[in-house]
Amino acid sequence: MKLIAKKAILPLIAFGLALFVGGLVIGFTDSRVLSKIGSPISFLQVFASTVGNAYLALFQGAIYDPNLAEGHSFLTGFYPLSQTVVNAAPLMLCGLSVAIAFKAGLFNIGAQGQFIFGAIGASYVGFHYELPIFLHVVVAITAAIVLSALWGGFVGLLKAKTGAHEVIVTIMLNYIAANFLLWILGTSTFLRPGRLDPLAPPVKDTARLPRLFGDNYSVNVGIFISIVVAFLFWLLLNRSTWGFKTRAVGANSSAARTAGISVQRITIGTMLIAGGLSGLAGAIHVLGFQYELTSDVAGSFGFDAITVALLGRGGPVGVVLASLLFAGLRVGGTTMQANVQVPVEIVLVIQALVVLFIAAPGLITRYLKIKNLESGQEMASKGWNG
Amino acid sequence: MSLELRAITKRFGGLVANDAIDFAVADGEIHAILGENGAGKSTLMNIVYGLLQQDSGTISVDGKELIINSPLDSLAAGIGMVHQHFMLIPVFTVAENIVLGHEKTGFLGKLDLATAREEILRISREFNFDVNPDALVEELPVGIQQRVEIIRALIYDAKVLILDEPTAVLTPQETDELLSNLKKLRESGRAIVFISHKLREVKAIADKITIIRRGKVVGTASPSAEQSELASMMVGREVDLKVDKEAAKLGSEVLNVQNLTIQDHTGRTLVNNISFQVKAGEVLAIAGVQGNGQSEVAEAMLGLREHVAGSVQVDGREIIGKSVVDCLDLGIAYVPESRELDGLISSFTIAENLVLDTHMSAPYSKFGRYFPDAVKKVAQERVAEFDIRAQSVTDTASSLSGGNKQKVVLARELSRPVKLVVVSQPTRGLDVGSIEFVHERLVAERNDGKAVLLFSTELDEVYALADRIAIMFKGEIIAIVEPSISREELGLYMAGISSDVEVSA
Repeated sequence: MKLIAKKAILPLIAFGLALFVGGLVIGFTDSRVLSKIGSPISFLQVFASTVGNAYLALFQGAIYDPNLAEGHSFLTGFYPLSQTVVNAAPLMLCGLSVAIAFKAGLFNIGAQGQFIFGAIGASYVGFHYELPIFLHVVVAITAAIVLSALWGGFVGLLKAKTGAHEVIVTIMLNYIAANFLLWILGTSTFLRPGRLDPLAPPVKDTARLPRLFGDNYSVNVGIFISIVVAFLFWLLLNRSTWGFKTRAVGANSSAARTAGISVQRITIGTMLIAGGLSGLAGAIHVLGFQYELTSDVAGSFGFDAITVALLGRGGPVGVVLASLLFAGLRVGGTTMQANVQVPVEIVLVIQALVVLFIAAPGLITRYLKIKNLESGQEMASKGWNG
Repeated sequence: MSLELRAITKRFGGLVANDAIDFAVADGEIHAILGENGAGKSTLMNIVYGLLQQDSGTISVDGKELIINSPLDSLAAGIGMVHQHFMLIPVFTVAENIVLGHEKTGFLGKLDLATAREEILRISREFNFDVNPDALVEELPVGIQQRVEIIRALIYDAKVLILDEPTAVLTPQETDELLSNLKKLRESGRAIVFISHKLREVKAIADKITIIRRGKVVGTASPSAEQSELASMMVGREVDLKVDKEAAKLGSEVLNVQNLTIQDHTGRTLVNNISFQVKAGEVLAIAGVQGNGQSEVAEAMLGLREHVAGSVQVDGREIIGKSVVDCLDLGIAYVPESRELDGLISSFTIAENLVLDTHMSAPYSKFGRYFPDAVKKVAQERVAEFDIRAQSVTDTASSLSGGNKQKVVLARELSRPVKLVVVSQPTRGLDVGSIEFVHERLVAERNDGKAVLLFSTELDEVYALADRIAIMFKGEIIAIVEPSISREELGLYMAGISSDVEVSA
């Protein structure tokens, strides 16, 4: 318990500081606030209320909005939370994808491309085949995982056999995946009948993930799948010989090799799994929320995942919490822009600040005089050149 | 010029690295500080040199109290230091390295090297150093690089010269040359502080010996003191410098190396066509100066190297081309040269490190499942058996001292059923107590009928353990001799000079 508290304290401080600095940015970029700069008292008042309203809107957009509950049941106000959770599920899986690679000393920038291949596989099985309910979902998810695992495993193979750096390879493969998606959406197999824009046919009802709280809330079993996978992630790393080897290779590949562990095999295996996890994210996004394959189906899940893995310190619990946080920021940011006209980009600023404070714990330890923090520096620096 | 330290105390958190240390050296005197690794010798000298600041106590030179806040202050006071790890830039010439930080420039910032070059030649002549100011440092042997460090101190007029473990990286011949150079420096009236944990050298060179243990001065001794007396002061108890070893009971041949050749990835030959055998119940020591191909041979014994030709058979089974796992399964225990890099995973727990190469077997795993509780339980037994000093087996390996780290590696490797024990520099950087332990353990393995292949650059270790000694020089085994060979002769072999060749001074 003490250990968990110790691990959580740095991310929490980082998030608090990020909100604080983000608040300064909101205040000093707001024209209404700046117009009051002449009179200090009203300046501070407007400043505080603008920032307060912005963060209130952020909260309402991400978790609970009493306005939505008005005239309906109290629970209706949780609609934003449902949206947050739906977005958190794929982010969580992509985050685990980055995290598992990190455990093996690899830096997987390729979650985005792997996500795309998962989405393609799930979408194709989803709209092309007629299968019974449940089985359809299983087949679609399997197809997604196989396709994306191969896409990720290819990176591992290149790294193991030729020494090609996985960062370069995954970045390049992301471009290829994105353009492959554009191309395949234009082929007669994927193009929705009667449409000219890149859009695949919707997945059949039998392939859709069941929703949890009725049709009004998009939250679906995808979040359960993701949390179960997070638990399996822990189990694999800490209770299997494969996980032992993976951690050994990640912590000191030279000693692992001397102990008879095949670094090549672990590299390939880890990238297969990492690819599969991102692909599963793509499948859950398509089968549980989007229901169709579009050219920007992947959004920025694969890239946000890197930040999520960093914020979550590469552990399953951390990744689950971090993905919920980031999904909440993203979903709430839209509401913030709509309700109080604070640009949604402020959310990106907050996200970036969180990472900055975590990657440079010296900023916190030195200036706030907090000692004995579990440092995130190792992951931020060492992991980067894997 | 004399240097005097009074009641120097330095704490790092709760650890008292230096506890009220008094020490003095006068001109024309070599004063040795003898102590084990971690006794606080380097801390003390880093304080004198200005890299650390003392918590209390005073430093005075010629009776005048000094405040030393940086190496510049100590240089100005006439104190020069030769570090254990040289502070030289390999791609610079000797002269460039020496002017570094004190560059004099001429017209339009042109670097003035001519003066430095003259000075280097003058000092080099005065003390017979034989250093070429225009040579690139990376092309110089280690012994000469050390002279460059000494010249650097002298050129800035150091009257007190501090040498931190100066012989750690030298061959026996280079060590002899260093000692005679230090004697010349003493004659020139300089005060010399010689820091070492090697009894033989300290006895050979020092006028006075101060012994430090756990941050405290435990006494002074004269160089005429017995080695065993110095050792017991240094360690704090009686030390048995000799390893009790009964006569070898030779068994069948376990390791047979024939025409082993190893190249690096560029095709350069590192080990050239060597052959040797090791029988059950004997220790074959491969001696030689660091970097003559021993590391590569050691790695080849476990299938860790590529570009290997020839034959290496363990119990008649060929291991070249086999994977590391196959080699381990053949019954090879392997203690790598660098325990930090290859022997341990410092972020793993002690328990995990104890099963690095056995985690696939019962009771630690079954059908791919890994049982941390079983690992911990067995780890507790090993920690007791091998006297590993740790608070808990779930502490990370990084929390251990060097000696305990090595015990973890030994505990792991010797707890498997093995026939051949390959150990590389097994006591490098260890304290005397750990060295004793490691040596006893290796002799026990030998007496138990295992073949032991020892790679060592320490002559004391080679003599303590070896039943036969093979000497490597430039990738070849130039001789295999009995341990009755004299140190002098062995030293000549290590320098690549075989005894039947006339040696010219």
